[in-house]
Amino acid sequence: MAEKTPEIWVFGDYRNYFQNRVTLQLLSRAHDLAGKTGAIVCAVVFGQGVQEWVGEYIAHGANRVYVVEDASLAYYSTDLYVAVMESLARQCSPEIILVGATSFGREFAPRVAKRLGTGLTADCVGLDINTEGLLVQTAPAFGGNLLSRIITPRTRPQMATVRPGTFQEIPHNYQAEGETVRVPLPQNLPKDRVRLISSERKPAGSQKLEDSPVVVCGGRGMGSKSRFRNLNELARLLGGEVGATRPVVYSRWAEEDSMVGQADKHIRPKVLFSFGVSGAIQHTAGIIDAGFVIAVNKNPNAAMMKMADVAIVADANQVCLALIKELKKRLRS
Amino acid sequence: MIVCLKQVPMATELPWDPKTGTLSRDRAEGMMNPACKHALEAALMIRHQHGGHITAITMGPPMTEEILREALAMGADRCLMLSDKAMSGADTFVTSYTLARAIEIFCSDFDLVLCGCHTTDSETAQVGPQLAEELHIPGIANVEHLEMNSDAIRIRRISDSFLEVLEVDPPCLLTVSCQHFVPRYVPLAGLQDAFSGANILAVSAEDLGIDPRRIGLQGSPTRIVDIYTPRADKENIVLKGAPKKIVEELFERFETKLGGIIRKDLNKEG
Ligand SMILES: Cc1cc2nc3c(=O)[nH]c(=O)nc-3n(C[C@H](O)[C@H](O)[C@H](O)COP(=O)(O)OP(=O)(O)OC[C@H]3O[C@@H](n4cnc5c(N)ncnc54)[C@H](O)[C@@H]3O)c2cc1C
Repeated sequence: MAEKTPEIWVFGDYRNYFQNRVTLQLLSRAHDLAGKTGAIVCAVVFGQGVQEWVGEYIAHGANRVYVVEDASLAYYSTDLYVAVMESLARQCSPEIILVGATSFGREFAPRVAKRLGTGLTADCVGLDINTEGLLVQTAPAFGGNLLSRIITPRTRPQMATVRPGTFQEIPHNYQAEGETVRVPLPQNLPKDRVRLISSERKPAGSQKLEDSPVVVCGGRGMGSKSRFRNLNELARLLGGEVGATRPVVYSRWAEEDSMVGQADKHIRPKVLFSFGVSGAIQHTAGIIDAGFVIAVNKNPNAAMMKMADVAIVADANQVCLALIKELKKRLRS
Repeated sequence: MIVCLKQVPMATELPWDPKTGTLSRDRAEGMMNPACKHALEAALMIRHQHGGHITAITMGPPMTEEILREALAMGADRCLMLSDKAMSGADTFVTSYTLARAIEIFCSDFDLVLCGCHTTDSETAQVGPQLAEELHIPGIANVEHLEMNSDAIRIRRISDSFLEVLEVDPPCLLTVSCQHFVPRYVPLAGLQDAFSGANILAVSAEDLGIDPRRIGLQGSPTRIVDIYTPRADKENIVLKGAPKKIVEELFERFETKLGGIIRKDLNKEG
C-alpha cells in the first residue's frame, strides 16, 4: 500500500473572522511546516453555511478543506465540535493539528487531545520541525519570562494551540486551488450537554492598541494623572497608542481599555516605550511580542529594565518631556 | 463540590532580586495560584447559599501542603494531597488523568468540580477541560458568574467576543475566571499551626491503583526539550544622565529604529 500523504490540520475558527485572523496565520505556518515534511495543509470547518470560509481558507493556503455541515453545528458547541473532530481525526489520522488559542480553541483543543490520547501544548508562540521531523512547539511560561520548547514524540497527532498574531498570513490568492471534502455528520453524535440560553456579540472593543506599531506604556512611576497625560502627547507625536498598567487604570489615570497584561491586551508594537513600569509578570505577559523596547525607570534593577533593549535610568516624566521636545524639534526641521 | 488547586511559585509577585536582577530563589516560595483561589471562593459562596461540602485537591511535591492549609483556613472541609515521586513531571494530559482517578476513588458523588481558569506558571488552561473529559462530564471555561437553580446551573461568561449565558446540569466542571469571586482574606499566620496535619489526606499513586508508567513524566505525551529566557538575546543597553542628553543619545544611536516611527504627517495638521 502506498504511504498516505501526511496531513497538517488547521481548525477553521471563523467566529471572529474580522477581529481575529489566527486561522489564516496558522494556514500560513502550516504551509511552511508542510514544505519541510512533505505534508499537505488541510483546514477543517464545522458549521452551517460555511462555503465562504472554505474559499477563504483555500485562498490563504489550504490544499484541502474538510467540511462538516449541519444545522446542529451552527453554534460553537464544545461537546459537538469535540465529538466531530475526534471522529474526523480518527478517520484521517493527521500528523499535526493546530488550533488558534482563542477562548473557544483553548476549551476545545484540550478535550480533543484527551479523546485522541495525545499531547497538547498551550498558547504557542513558535512552531518548527526538528531534524527528526517532529513538531517543536514553543510555549511561554511565567508570563513569557521563560519559553520552553516542547515535542510530542510518541503519540499522534501532535497538537498545539497557537497565540493569535504569532505568524503572518499568506496574502489572499484568488487563483489558489484546493480540494473540498464533505464529510457527513458522524452517527451517534452525543447530545450537547450545555444549553445555550443566549449569546450576544459584545460591542467590538477597539483593536487600536493591539495593532499599533508604536505603544507608549505608562506605570505608577509616572507619578500623577496630569503627568501621565504627557504620555498621550508623546504617543501622538510618535503616531502610537497609550497603554497602561493595572494600578494606573485603577487610579483612573488612564482608560480601562488601555490596560496591558495577561488578562487583557496583548500588544505587539515594533517599538514599545515603557515609563515607570516595574515589569510585574501579569503586565509583561502582555508585551512579550513587542519588538524594540525602551524602558525608563528610576530603579535600574526593575524587571522591566532587564527585559528592555534600552534601559534608561532616570525620572520617567522628565524623559517623556525631553522626548516630546526633541520630537517637536525634529518635526519642525 | 471539589476544588482543584495548584501551587505556583511566588515569583509571579516578586520576580526579581533587586540586587542581582535575577529570579531569586529564596523568594521563590509557593503560593496558591490566584485563579484557583477564585475557584475556591466560588465554592465557598455556593456552600454559603446552598450548603454542601468542599473537598480541595492538589497534586504536587510535599511542600504543596501549605496551600491546602490555606484552603482549610479559607473554609474547605477536607483536602486530598496527591504527592508521589511517580507523579512528578506530569503534563496536563496525565495531571488530569491522575486527578480524575483520585476524584473517582475519594469523592465520586460530587456535583461540581471547580478549577482556576489558568495558572500563572505554565498557563496552559488545559487541566480543567481535560479533567472534565476524564470524568465524562460537561465543562465550561472562564465562568464569570454562576447561579444555582433547582437542578441546573446557569452561567455567564465571555468567550472570545461573545457574552454567553449557558445552562448545564450537574455533575459538571467549571473553570473560574479571575474577574469575580474575589477571595476572602485569611490571616494565614496562626491558622497554619491550628490546621497542621488536620483533615489532609495524603494519597500516593499506589493508593490510586494506577500504573506508575501512565503518570508523571513517564506517562506524559509531551516532552520539554529545553527552557530558555527569551530576552537573553537583547543587548540591554543602559543609559543614564540628564534626560536631555539621554534623549539625544537615544536618537543618535537608534536612529534606524526610531526615525521611521515619528509621525511626519503632523506638520500638515499644523
Ligand atoms: C491576578 C492579577 C492580575 C493582574 N493583571 C495585571 C494586568 O493585566 N496588567 C497589569 O499591568 N498589571 C496586572 N496586575 C498587577 C501587577 O501585578 C502589578 O502590580 C502592576 O503591573 C504594577 O504596575 P506598575 O508597574 O505601574 O506599578 P509598580 O509596580 O508600583 O511600579 C512602579 C515603577 O515605577 C518606578 N518609578 C517610581 N517612580 C519613578 C519615577 N519618578 N521615574 C521613573 N520610574 C519611577 C519604580 O521604580 C517601579 O519600578 C495583576 C495582578 C494580579 C494579582
